[in-house]
Amino acid sequence: MSATLRPDLMTIADLVNPESRVLDVGCGEGELLAWLAAHKQVDGRGIELAQARVHQAIARGISVIQGDGEADLADYPSGAYDYAILSMTLQAMKDPRRVVAELTRVGKQAIISVPNFGHWKNRFYFSLMGRMPVTSTLSYEWYDTPNIHFCTISDFVILCERMGIVIEKRIVVDTTGERSGFSGRGPWANLFGQQGVFLLRAR
Amino acid sequence: MYSSAPYTTRLSFGPDHREAEVGLCIDITPNVPFRFDCGAVMEMITIAYQTQGTLNADRSNAILLCHGLTGDQYIVGPHPVTGKPGWWEDIVGPGRVLDTDRYFLITSNVIGGCMGSTGPKSIHPASGKPYGITFPVVTIADMVRAQRLLIEALGIEQLFAVIGGSMGGMLALEWAVRYPEALAACIPICTAPRHSPQNIAFHEIGRQAVMADPNWQEGHYIERGTFPAKGLAVARMTAHVTYLSQIALQEKFGRRLQNKSALGYGFDIDFAVESYLHHQGKSFIERFDPNAYLYITRAMDYFDLERDFEGQLSHAFLGTKIRYCVISFTSDWLFPTEESRRIVRALNAVAANVSFAEIETDKGHDAFLLDVPALHVTLQGFLNGAAKARGLS
Repeated sequence: MSATLRPDLMTIADLVNPESRVLDVGCGEGELLAWLAAHKQVDGRGIELAQARVHQAIARGISVIQGDGEADLADYPSGAYDYAILSMTLQAMKDPRRVVAELTRVGKQAIISVPNFGHWKNRFYFSLMGRMPVTSTLSYEWYDTPNIHFCTISDFVILCERMGIVIEKRIVVDTTGERSGFSGRGPWANLFGQQGVFLLRAR
Repeated sequence: MYSSAPYTTRLSFGPDHREAEVGLCIDITPNVPFRFDCGAVMEMITIAYQTQGTLNADRSNAILLCHGLTGDQYIVGPHPVTGKPGWWEDIVGPGRVLDTDRYFLITSNVIGGCMGSTGPKSIHPASGKPYGITFPVVTIADMVRAQRLLIEALGIEQLFAVIGGSMGGMLALEWAVRYPEALAACIPICTAPRHSPQNIAFHEIGRQAVMADPNWQEGHYIERGTFPAKGLAVARMTAHVTYLSQIALQEKFGRRLQNKSALGYGFDIDFAVESYLHHQGKSFIERFDPNAYLYITRAMDYFDLERDFEGQLSHAFLGTKIRYCVISFTSDWLFPTEESRRIVRALNAVAANVSFAEIETDKGHDAFLLDVPALHVTLQGFLNGAAKARGLS
């Protein structure tokens, strides 16, 4: 099993307790779940839309359901998992608020990472060039992007507050994918953080 | 005569009553009679089966493979009646998906079938005549109960996996629901938790075709030396269309004419697709028993796990420890993906260990028997993962 994990996934993996039950929504080829199974004896499940990735994930011994996480989460009982994880996908959901509610229902805790649209590069692109940002993390043109609901780290925090969801931990990840020094609060995190990783639970 | 040791037997097939040797067979009712869901009781039930590979020392590597409606125990050929390769021959063998160096594979003919297991073609011990349609109506649950007796007779307490496509998938689900301790993994392929009204309708057309043939003789064709060849062939032709897809038929035949350059202006075979269906019908009647066709289609029609659990399919799987891998095909309109999703949703609702893959193919329902690499990759990957979890080397 792979010893290394993409740094941003590592940040998520660090939040997961050993021997817990994890549901990874949009699990790709199951990199995170495979790592968690090998290193933290986690009992993991995944949901993934792309057929080829599902085959890859099953082939590495991960339990994965081919399907649309946004629609399928409704089938899962409340509190069925210790953690429900959604990594860098919330911005592609049709109804992000409902997805956040579902993740915090199905998981006793939810771990959600979001790309920060308030990152200075995006602000530069938009304010000085007057163009929709196309950066290494947001690498799509406006007309073909799957990302339809962008938010900044501050926006996401406000959504959680409005939904009455408790933010137990917030971690800001910089452009290298490593944890940044920012606490996840305040304007500097929102300007220099490349993504925010949140450990949440329903109140 | 009851026999606890496996034996072979000779049976006759087709309109010309050609004989072929079928084996192995084993009698699975040494102590207690067999009770059917319909209430009937039989003193002796025989199961015809085949095995590949070797059972390991702790008896933990056995996989039961469940055949579809007209399949049988010959997953590997040559088939004793047709001489053709078995139905999953391509993926069975050392180093293949169903690795005979690693797993002990068991396939058995369902009861109610016609390849050696007790069915309507069997001889009634009192009358000395074939049961015909006096044979008890068989259910999927009856078939699985008989398989369980076979597995016990082979000295296996828990199967590593039960795999099946179409009707075989129903058997796999039935295993998981009725005997959750008796298997570690379950792979239902292109199947459903209950037979849909559309599929019951197609089955009824097939049965009516058989029974409308005057040679069916109210089910007594064997004693009377007749055979409802036309009726059974039409049943097969109808069913065969449902196993394919519109795209597959278009690509394979189009509107091509068969051995002619112009339309015949009559009702002989004009089109290649007609010729193909006639061939399918003709070859089917050589190997399959018309009454068995009635019984097995009925068993599928009666299958309804949702009804068994009062409309809450998830209750069928409460507390299940089994690892599931549910598989469907995009172009299968007989058992569409939505049917597999019903199973997956029920398993999710009890937070079961389930994988689900919908495989992209134009080959329709029959894809599970054909060369579809994505199916084989998925099967192999899932089995590897499950084998690792079970500690199989």
